[in-house]
Amino acid sequence: MTGALAGLVASPRAWVAIVVIGVLTYGIRLSFIHLFGRIDGVPTRVQRPLRYVPPAVLAALVLPDLVTLRPSVAATLLDERLIAGAVAGAVAWRTENVFATIATGMVTLWIFRFVVFA
Amino acid sequence: MTVRGPVFDEDLLAGVHDVSPLMLGIAPFALVAGIATVDAGLGLAEAVGMSVIVFAGASQLAALELLGENAPLAVVVGTAVVINLRMLMYSASIAPHFADYGRRLRAGLAYLLTDQAYALSVAEFDENPDRSRWRYYLGAAASLWLVWQIGTVAGVVLGAGVPDAWGLTFAVPLVFLALLVPAMKDRPTTVAGVAAGAVAVVAAGLPLNLGLLVGALCGIAAGLVTEVRAS
Repeated sequence: MTGALAGLVASPRAWVAIVVIGVLTYGIRLSFIHLFGRIDGVPTRVQRPLRYVPPAVLAALVLPDLVTLRPSVAATLLDERLIAGAVAGAVAWRTENVFATIATGMVTLWIFRFVVFA
Repeated sequence: MTVRGPVFDEDLLAGVHDVSPLMLGIAPFALVAGIATVDAGLGLAEAVGMSVIVFAGASQLAALELLGENAPLAVVVGTAVVINLRMLMYSASIAPHFADYGRRLRAGLAYLLTDQAYALSVAEFDENPDRSRWRYYLGAAASLWLVWQIGTVAGVVLGAGVPDAWGLTFAVPLVFLALLVPAMKDRPTTVAGVAAGAVAVVAAGLPLNLGLLVGALCGIAAGLVTEVRAS
């Protein structure tokens, strides 16, 4: 208990974020499961944009972690993270396997970080 | 509707059985969530707290990254909620299957709603109408919950023990990449992804870490425009 309390004091920002995100996420999960009978389903106007949430959000999360814009094209492209990401992306496309994607991406990153660019 | 009777029966076990191949993807994802917690300067209590209270992987990773960068709380929360909005669709789609159950059971089932539990259960309900739905769903969803919690804790231990030079947090974008590729399944969704990614890279320097949110919103708009033009 003291450990948990110490953690709470050490990172109040993180705990506020965790609780607020948790409550709102539960509200999203419960929404229609709770309301069913009173609402007949998601209105088309809401449904259409929701279809693009997964690809848009995921791409906006991934790309900035792989690409950093630098003054020259060569410097931007010769980045171990971008190369590893390209290889992992190809594996993801061929296999649709999370484990294989992570494994090839990490190994490619290490090859370029510790061997090729070392 | 067979709400009564023992919880542990063949329908629940069928859910556990059917979800088990998916664990190969969930376990490393959970490990990465634990590693990312350490990387954000947080510890075991926050890792477990987040995995239990939020229990939604992609939003957890995004929130941890933003917390580590000291982004404003509103941006952390806003980004995570946008990521989880997709579950509104799952809730609507699975709701008719749970309509006959009591309020409390439905409230509990909703807590366990995830991409995998949803996809697996809805497919099974269509194929096997005789199944006890809540038991099958519970078998799948609770297994995912358990593996997620154990994996997060293991990730915290692992993340604390591996040197920074190995760049273990690079596994975070790799997980998203593995989810992104199948999400771009036709022209409008591909345009949404490409536009969001490009804008997010260019907007990476925006104040308040708004790049992700701006990129995602531009991507959604680009997807909608492409859809309207095609029709």
